Amino acid sequence: MHPSLTNAERQIGLGLAVGLALLGLAMAAMARDGAMAVHGAIALALGLGLVFRLGGALYDAAPAGPDRAARYDDAPTRFGITMTLAWAMIGMGAGIWVAALLYWPEGTPPWPATSFGRLRPVHTTGIIFGFGGNALIATSFWVLQRTARARLADAISPWVVLIGYNLFCTWAVTGYLMGSTQSKEYAEAEWYADLWLVVVWVIYFALYLRTLARRAEPHIYVANWYYMAFILVVAMLHIVNNIALPVSLAGAKSYTVWAGVQDAMIQWWYGHNAVAFFLTAGFLGMLYYFLPVRSGRPIWSYRLSILSFWGIVFFYIWVGSHHLHYTALPYWVQTLGMTFSVMLLVPSWASAGNAIATLNGAWGRVRDDATLRFMFVAAVFYGLSTFEGSFLAIRPVNSLSHYTDWTVGHVHSGTLGWVAMIIFGAIYTIVPQLAGREAMAWPKAVEWHFWLAVLGTLVYVIAMWNAGITQGLMWRTYDANGALSYSFLQSVQAMAPYYLLRTIGGLMFLTGAAICALNCRATLRAATARDLRNDRPLAAQPAE
Amino acid sequence: MVLRLHYNLEKLSMGLVGAIILAASVGGIVEIAPLFTIDETVEIPADLRVLTPLELAGREIYMREGCYACHSQMVRSLADEIDRYGPYSLASESAYDHPMLWGSKRTGPDLARVGGKYSDPWQVAHLIDPRAVVPASIMPAYPWLMRPLDTAGLPGALATLARLGLPYDAAMIAGAKADALAQSRPDGPGIQGFQDRHGDRPALRAFDGDPGRLTEMDALVAYLQSLGTQTAAASALLEEARHEP
Ligand code: HEC
Ligand code: HEM
Repeated sequence: MHPSLTNAERQIGLGLAVGLALLGLAMAAMARDGAMAVHGAIALALGLGLVFRLGGALYDAAPAGPDRAARYDDAPTRFGITMTLAWAMIGMGAGIWVAALLYWPEGTPPWPATSFGRLRPVHTTGIIFGFGGNALIATSFWVLQRTARARLADAISPWVVLIGYNLFCTWAVTGYLMGSTQSKEYAEAEWYADLWLVVVWVIYFALYLRTLARRAEPHIYVANWYYMAFILVVAMLHIVNNIALPVSLAGAKSYTVWAGVQDAMIQWWYGHNAVAFFLTAGFLGMLYYFLPVRSGRPIWSYRLSILSFWGIVFFYIWVGSHHLHYTALPYWVQTLGMTFSVMLLVPSWASAGNAIATLNGAWGRVRDDATLRFMFVAAVFYGLSTFEGSFLAIRPVNSLSHYTDWTVGHVHSGTLGWVAMIIFGAIYTIVPQLAGREAMAWPKAVEWHFWLAVLGTLVYVIAMWNAGITQGLMWRTYDANGALSYSFLQSVQAMAPYYLLRTIGGLMFLTGAAICALNCRATLRAATARDLRNDRPLAAQPAE
Repeated sequence: MVLRLHYNLEKLSMGLVGAIILAASVGGIVEIAPLFTIDETVEIPADLRVLTPLELAGREIYMREGCYACHSQMVRSLADEIDRYGPYSLASESAYDHPMLWGSKRTGPDLARVGGKYSDPWQVAHLIDPRAVVPASIMPAYPWLMRPLDTAGLPGALATLARLGLPYDAAMIAGAKADALAQSRPDGPGIQGFQDRHGDRPALRAFDGDPGRLTEMDALVAYLQSLGTQTAAASALLEEARHEP
């Protein structure tokens, strides 16, 4: 971190680190329960670590000062990618472990922290926020600077955003292990972590706008619209869904102000739009930048990208109620959710089609370049899972699929096939550039990773489709006498082979991701002096 | 024209920000705001009771252990669900639930109406080792639930919920710790006070089989046994529907 900072900035950083350490100390000292005390200690340790790191470097040689403004600030992106890969290991590791527990329940050790119910949110938070979120932040810095042809507005904020964000993720997952949770899906973290995230997010958005204000291009490129929608709408969702009353300021426990059916609607308004604005909009931003860059072809249709952007921003917000079909939510709200879910197919397929049409004329490169193939497969899976999503939102279909593993299959065709694939495509594009190389250190390993990822995804998703449809049918089948044919337990037993297959598919996917992490490490270690010739030139700027 | 407009919008970062916020707000406002006003979603049945302190502690354990990750508490209005689980769930039944625990995945069966379905000893044995009771079960074992229940946070929890509008009165808040103990000691001295504050509907039993100790198991089983019994509104509605020609 410190090599990218001037001495004055290191002093400011040192001040912030001391502040963080003090905050941690105060939390740990005041806390009346375990979770908050541990979280205080984590913040304290992180703050002290940063104090040593920055304090030790306070009088070291600063980077060539004036020259710095002539380069993009890519050190935060590099750190963000490292964290992305670290969280990939944690999140996918937890995913495989909980997948295995469903096949092998005796495997649960007799400690609370390793129980299925506590580890499942570790998987979802670790993978969505840790893996996905770090990838979004890291690539957004990269894309923003290059499309604006401007350096990030200041050198400290990106570190505050990344380190603060990772502290949030760490607080969240360690909280679940200790049993501290709001139990709202994808929003399980307790009130102080939620507040912390709001602060980080405001700094992130301010940095985004300040950098845009320095842009040398009159137009804001479409990738940035998506990143902005991601940042803004996630803020709105996060704040509304997490409004809660803490039992005491010295404890982790809080009660959400929402109750019953209103809570259900707000939760799934949040939950589905976490899918829309976290797992879709931000990643479409990634796609709209890296696909054209890697394939060397401009986006196929500008009009289509406008249509799909506003379609996605406007339609998605309505669809959350499709998670609540046939429940106690009023019927008309369910109907609205279903209708908009079906209409959503239009902008979704417009995006996927736009991406695939962009590759027209570059098919030779798709065949030869595994990195571009990751992006192509991502676009295909994006198209497939949005089609599936619209289909599952139709009320009678949902009566069969809801509560079953079909949903889990659908989620993972989106997250493995689309989100993770586009992340890997972006990583394989950025990392060689960070290392000043033409290609990854082990080009063959990218090929291996690609096939492991595709196969793993297919095994996972096909197993879960079978599992879900079997479950749904068994639950609703009546015999000739008008009695239910199967007990619930019979449906549980029928799942065993699919749960085993899913675990194997997940292992293949994780193996691929581990290869990617090692490959990135090897590439960054073999870095040569940064070759800037291939990069988009920075616009000349007044001195900072 | 529209393209031209957009072409200009792309040059204004604050313009894009405003447009995004506007476009992304409509759906949420239309779908959520009415839920706070219409009868169907704000009505509270006359016989709906709040959870007792012990049951509330059990609910916290249910959330802490992530039971909601495998169990729903929402019977949908579909014939097979009514046949399997009982009357479909009404909005009013979860009016006091901060947060709701409707769930999204049924790795195990729905629990909205599990109260009274099994005996306390069955529940205890099942939670300690599900496979001892149901050999093919894939539910995790929870042997650590036999540890003592920490009741220190209960008055604060009730007070917070009261501030959110739940009908916990000052006596219930002050007596929360004593009432948690009393509910699990059917022959103990605190019964009278408990019933003064919470009425005679909540079950009074040594849920974990041992009246001498107050454990997390007492709390969780008390909670499970209360599910679906806090109001009779849903079964009344189903009865009515069945008797209509
Ligand atoms: C990994 C998923 C999983 C988790 C987590 C889980 N269960 Fe279960 N549960 C099941 C399955 C599967 C069954 C059906 C087989 C059986 O009866 O054991 C079940 C059955 C039950 C039943 C019997 C329901 C009936 O109508 O027969 C109860 C009660 C129950 N679980 C309570 C709990 C509680 C309380 C927790 C949290 C402490 C919990 N479960 C956590 C999977 C789970
Ligand atoms: C190694 C690969 C993975 C494995 C083995 C895996 C496994 C699992 C398992 C076992 C569950 C719980 C399902 C259940 O309760 O029955 C789950 C849920 C989930 N996973 Fe994964 N997962 C993987 C990758 C990912 C990735 C990359 C993402 C997102 C970027 C993701 C997002 C989710 C989400 C959102 C859920 C919740 C689904 C729901 O509530 O319906 N997973 N995963």
